[in-house]
Amino acid sequence: MVTPIRPSRGTAVAATSLSLVLLATGCDYLSGTGGTSAERGGAGCEPFAEWADVEGGTVDIYASIRDEEGERMQRAWKNFSECTGINIRYEGSGEFEAQVQVKIDGGNAPDIAFFPQPGLLSRFVESGDALPLPESVAKRAQEGYPEDWLQYVEHDGKLYGTPLGANVKSFVWYSPGFFTENGYETPTTWDDLIKLSDAMADDGVKPWCAGIESGEATGWPVTDWLENVMLREHGPDVYDQWIDHEIPFDDPKVATALDRVGDILRNPDYVNGGHGGVKSIATTSSQDGGIPILEDKCGMYLMGSFYAAQWPEGTEIAEDGDVFAFNLPTIDEEIGTPVLGGGEFTAAFSDRPEVVAVQEYLATVDYANRRAQEGAWFSAHKELDLNALDNPNDRFAAELLRDPDTVFRWDGGDYMPAAVGSGTFWRAMTNWINGSDTEDVLGYVEQSWPKS
Amino acid sequence: MAFDIFAELPKLLWLVIAVAAFLAVIGVLLLAVDGGPRTRYDWWQATCFLAPAGILLLTGLVYPVIRTTVLSFHGPGGDTSVGWDNYVWMFTRPEILLVLRNTFLWVIFAPVLATATGLVYSVLVDRSRYESIAKSLLFMPMAISFVGASIIWKFVYAFRPANADQIGLLNQLLVWAGGEPRQWLLEGPLNTLLLIVVLIWIQAGFAMVILSAAIKAIPAEIVEAARIDGVNGWQQFWRITLPSIWPTVTVVLITISVQTLKIFDIVRTMTGGQFGTSVIANEMYSQAFRYGQLGHGSALAVFMFLLVIPLVLIQIRNARRTREAQSL
Repeated sequence: MVTPIRPSRGTAVAATSLSLVLLATGCDYLSGTGGTSAERGGAGCEPFAEWADVEGGTVDIYASIRDEEGERMQRAWKNFSECTGINIRYEGSGEFEAQVQVKIDGGNAPDIAFFPQPGLLSRFVESGDALPLPESVAKRAQEGYPEDWLQYVEHDGKLYGTPLGANVKSFVWYSPGFFTENGYETPTTWDDLIKLSDAMADDGVKPWCAGIESGEATGWPVTDWLENVMLREHGPDVYDQWIDHEIPFDDPKVATALDRVGDILRNPDYVNGGHGGVKSIATTSSQDGGIPILEDKCGMYLMGSFYAAQWPEGTEIAEDGDVFAFNLPTIDEEIGTPVLGGGEFTAAFSDRPEVVAVQEYLATVDYANRRAQEGAWFSAHKELDLNALDNPNDRFAAELLRDPDTVFRWDGGDYMPAAVGSGTFWRAMTNWINGSDTEDVLGYVEQSWPKS
Repeated sequence: MAFDIFAELPKLLWLVIAVAAFLAVIGVLLLAVDGGPRTRYDWWQATCFLAPAGILLLTGLVYPVIRTTVLSFHGPGGDTSVGWDNYVWMFTRPEILLVLRNTFLWVIFAPVLATATGLVYSVLVDRSRYESIAKSLLFMPMAISFVGASIIWKFVYAFRPANADQIGLLNQLLVWAGGEPRQWLLEGPLNTLLLIVVLIWIQAGFAMVILSAAIKAIPAEIVEAARIDGVNGWQQFWRITLPSIWPTVTVVLITISVQTLKIFDIVRTMTGGQFGTSVIANEMYSQAFRYGQLGHGSALAVFMFLLVIPLVLIQIRNARRTREAQSL
């Protein structure tokens, strides 16, 4: 029999008070009362003079941007942070879409979040969690960015976000060397595109590469295909009606557009260069999808401008380099070539002075230029210094966005309610690649559109 | 990035704070117990020691269950009441019925096959020369996380076109046997069964360890008596071994069943629920958090909870019966 050792009262008191002392000092250190904040107002701080009166403080930012991209972004605002004494605490998460909801529901909302999907942001506008832009921020957004970018974050006449980065999703990647060798020319009309595809197929090359595997998001690249064709075949007005659900998701117009996509993606003579048959599209990751272009195993790959980062190290991206991109051609002369794209919007969940200051700064061209200098990035800001962009593909895309004649439309899937845009739409397109009927898959998405 | 002790200091400090906080709570508790009334001291002691667990149980388990149930009768945002709509939705939409069917397949196949594999293996290696090595081989997958195991098996099922070099083991075997490589994860319901294999691979080791211990606990006299009566190996297994370890087999079966019902990581890592492989837990997460359909997600969660309850009840009854048998 072992007698349990009972701690004497003195030991317990000592242990308790020691723990409490440790707790108190530790918390003190972490809350920053013990440390020194960054030096304010040093050399090179002139661009940030207007925020000199802000009392410092800490701003939490939450977004989906991680790794190298996230580091570059943080380097871009480092000077601002040091000069104003505003400490920016950044967190990038791969589960942003799901976790931002958890954070906000749990009363743990970040000060600022970067939303790649305006549809997701509008959920928080409706719930009253997201705050409308303060006057000073709204003014900057309106001056700096084109109108068609802001319409997606406007609710009841108030703006809820400012644009940040941008990408263009109408790019067809190709190998300039392979094209000149075989006498192919970049097409400007859809008919030319089909003729070019036939010519390649006749020469024994599969003209198209495709890959849509992306874990739970599998299927999204096909949504880009469909949106691009909708926009070119029926024009921006019908496109807007479609993404706003003013016409049903399975409208006959959508079916004709999807069948047009099917003429390419479900055509065994056209796909899937270097990867296998039509069904191999479903198991090829979107990152690996276009790589066979470098080995001349396929001719073209439709993927956003962000695909520039996926080419293996040392690949030269230029009009006469290893790879380059052209804008997906016109289908209807009268509609021309609208541009499909995406990006992020910053939205705020609190309005302390330092939060507003960060929001103001992120909307400036100074931030845009600093971020561009860090590489592999561009935005739709009207005054962005194009010489700061480090590859010709980004410059091409930024020029396209800046061109006043360009009709721009946001990625429809990102704008639709999440149940559709990041749920049934992806699944439907995956099933469609696997052989389901066009009518069936469109009807399935229409059925799942949230009623309210 | 190199390890910088100063950069990591805040994290270490958090660790110290957490430990200190824990000790502080214990210290306060001990003081409180110590200062309790002299009459009915045992009641006071029990209350003090049970209270923290009780509070954690209430806030971490009971309250969420109630809230989830309430939410399952509400709309997407959790504010408008919709009655039984979410449950009607669950049992009428073809894609959710597919999810329920998949979960059913998992619960039928995974526990039975994992337990059977573990049982057969432990009988075969029992008292053999290399028993410990053989057992650790089967047990090793237990040490791998579900996500890690899923990634390994994703490579096993990987597909490359017929003219390219196969990187997937299964397709390479198929090619060597003269077949065409197939896209294993695209074909339902085969793909669900292939995902179940991953869970069996992980859980068979668990089943084996427990069952092997039970087999070793069978009294030697019984086995010897059977030998003298002239039973063969087959009869010994069915007449002696299996009946003797049956209570342990049910415990293993039920434990793996509960694990299987909430399976999430494997499906999410390997297919993300695409190609018709989604299961309840995966669908619940997607509906509630990705699609913003809190009501749908909660209804699925409640349904899963209801499915687990009978299993837990059987488990508790078993445990009680064993205890009664031992106290006799």
